[in-house]
Amino acid sequence: MADITQSASANRPEGAERLSEDRREAMRGEPPFVEAPAEDSRLVRALKEAGITAGLIAVLTFFFFFMKTDIAVGGLSLTVDPWTWFVAIAITFVGRFLLTFFVFAGERPAVGGWKKIAAATAGWPIGKVVGAVLLFVALTLPFLLTIFLPSQDRYLLDLAILILTYVMLGWGLNIVVGLAGLLDLGYVAFYAVGAYSFALLATNFDLGFWVCLPMAGLFAALWGVMLGFPVLRLRGDYLAIVTLAFGEIIRVVLLNWYTFTGGPNGILGIPKPTLFGLEFSRGKGSFSDFFGIEYSSIQRFIFLYYIILALALLTNFVTMRMRKLPVGRAWEALREDEIACRSLGINTTNVKLTAFATGAMFGGFAGSFFATRQGFISPESFTFIESAIILAIVVLGGLGSQLGVVIASVVMIGGIELLRNLTGLQAIFGTGFDPTQYRMLIFGLAMVLIMVWKPRGLVSTRSPSAIYKEKKAIGADLVAQGEGH
Amino acid sequence: MEYFLQQLINGVTLGSIYGLIAIGYTMVYGIIGMINFAHGEIFMIGSFIALAVFLGLAALGITFLPLVLLIMVIVAMICTAAWGWTIERVAYRPLRGSFRLAPLITAIGMSIFLQNFVQVTQGARVKPLPPQIQGGLILMDSHDGIVVQISWMQIIIIVMTVVLMTAFSLIISKTSLGRQQRACEQDRKMASLLGVNVDRTISLTFVMGASLAAVAGMMYLLYYGVIDFYIGFIAGVKAFTAAVLGGIGSLPGAMLGGLAIGLIETFWSGYFSVEYKDVAAFSILAIVLIFLPSGLLGRPEVEKV
Repeated sequence: MADITQSASANRPEGAERLSEDRREAMRGEPPFVEAPAEDSRLVRALKEAGITAGLIAVLTFFFFFMKTDIAVGGLSLTVDPWTWFVAIAITFVGRFLLTFFVFAGERPAVGGWKKIAAATAGWPIGKVVGAVLLFVALTLPFLLTIFLPSQDRYLLDLAILILTYVMLGWGLNIVVGLAGLLDLGYVAFYAVGAYSFALLATNFDLGFWVCLPMAGLFAALWGVMLGFPVLRLRGDYLAIVTLAFGEIIRVVLLNWYTFTGGPNGILGIPKPTLFGLEFSRGKGSFSDFFGIEYSSIQRFIFLYYIILALALLTNFVTMRMRKLPVGRAWEALREDEIACRSLGINTTNVKLTAFATGAMFGGFAGSFFATRQGFISPESFTFIESAIILAIVVLGGLGSQLGVVIASVVMIGGIELLRNLTGLQAIFGTGFDPTQYRMLIFGLAMVLIMVWKPRGLVSTRSPSAIYKEKKAIGADLVAQGEGH
Repeated sequence: MEYFLQQLINGVTLGSIYGLIAIGYTMVYGIIGMINFAHGEIFMIGSFIALAVFLGLAALGITFLPLVLLIMVIVAMICTAAWGWTIERVAYRPLRGSFRLAPLITAIGMSIFLQNFVQVTQGARVKPLPPQIQGGLILMDSHDGIVVQISWMQIIIIVMTVVLMTAFSLIISKTSLGRQQRACEQDRKMASLLGVNVDRTISLTFVMGASLAAVAGMMYLLYYGVIDFYIGFIAGVKAFTAAVLGGIGSLPGAMLGGLAIGLIETFWSGYFSVEYKDVAAFSILAIVLIFLPSGLLGRPEVEKV
């Protein structure tokens, strides 16, 4: 034993060689300085996580749940409400514990079912089937409602009109953001331009809806070109902010230019649309009089519903056809790579302008429809929130996906509207509970959560516009949507 | 002349507030290249926390003003920083590496959420706070009754801004954290290869930005005396304008841009019309971006293929 060590030490090399030998020796086996940290059991880990999260929530919400500032006589008063705070902390603790224990650190991954379903149904024309069913439902909706839900048909039809307005706006914005990849945060400006040009033309020159509709669209497109021309050289997020600024500028001008727009009072008495001159009202020369049927106010709603449905379908049709034209191809090419486009001789400014103008035009159509439906417009209706909602619909539905926009509109607008009907919750939260004030709160939260859950939107396959030999659906992550060059 | 000087003082004060918010935008943009749209809301939350602390201290019977202000600053900074950290953790970190639009969408969602959260929990009505710090220095007193005055509050705001700016510039240029931040700004992947904890650095950037926004929020509360849940949007857009004007990614640029925006807005309101002061600020944003995209102090960006 002793002479073995002796001979080993005698064989040891000298100098630099010895140093590297020593190093190699040190690296053999387990490094001596690393001790594996003691692994917590799942329960302990979950409890720890839950504790940290609850502590964070306690800090975050202390000044919002625990302390409440109120306006009292002679200044402000402070009321203390520990119960909401404690409940919030407790809910967070339990929720986070359950999530960590069963989902994040569970034995089996909780996700995966979706992927299986997606793999099993790959290649099925689900989009087409869903689209056809939705189209059929949309075409027959007024009659379905009068047959099955006659007591609520007016309310539901009104809701359907609202949803379709957003579908149309979403499809219009989809041209700009989804196809051309230009992030537009001021889309509501064109909506406002459309609404105001219709309202001003109609009230000042006594023109009807059908004459004004194309003019409003043209005005909006003109504004799209005017606003777009200077800013389209900008990169993605700068473009977003400038369009936001333009949206705000238009709103502020509408608000302050009393003599022209009526300022905050808005414009009243915007005429209703007519069917070839037949008005939807009581009396002579009206729709019901002409056809000899009994007057009912629902007829006007049904008419409005079909107008917006036709406008929305027109938007969709134009978009789908545009994608097959050279300019549509150029939009998508631009979205993928602007430098490549330029080197191939595409005039990027013109291509961007056409996208901006086309999107703006449909925004203008939707705006004039909005004006005629309401009969009254004011700058209040064209705030930034409106732009954000439209953008949210486009992005959450899946940029560039026409079906996604429909689904997202139904979910977001319809879902929020559902809150109005949740008065049953008053039994739980007390009579002061008003579910509608949580609308935008939930909307914002849903935007964040859906985006984190599915960054590519609810519909995340795309059908490419250009096809080589065989038609294949591609994943959305292969498409550079919204890069905003 | 007197009127001009008074407007100048008011403009510098307003500009200091914008500058403090703009730093948050510029730091976040510099490091992860996204517009933190919810930053204006962080400013708003900061001012609400400051108000709650003020009322809480008053209820506890602490009325010694310097102490009250000190506690307000510290608590508002810490709590708002926690908000900033949480927002980054919840809304932006899961989307890092996703396409560019994704974090912007969550940022807008977060902004809507925060506005409505404050509206629901604290009420939609404006909260008036009577002025706490009164009086000031009279700089010039002409005979026709026009007085040029700088109030103590304005002095506090300007001094506080200068102090915080200096402190943050030192943090960025001298400390190891600042070096890490600058490394992440240049090349995130390389920085992480060299042992910089990128996630932590980004989180700390949000924390720093949020705490500065909290100070700005508190100043806003004390200076104007009215806050509501909506102040964050306009202030946020203007501060972003300031950041862009100064050259995004540059700290002195943010301050300079803030001062410029504050001065422009004040002079515009003073000499032209109050109604269109937002239009003036937004137009400047558009003009700057079109003609001077890299801002006053920013480096021009080169697009690489």
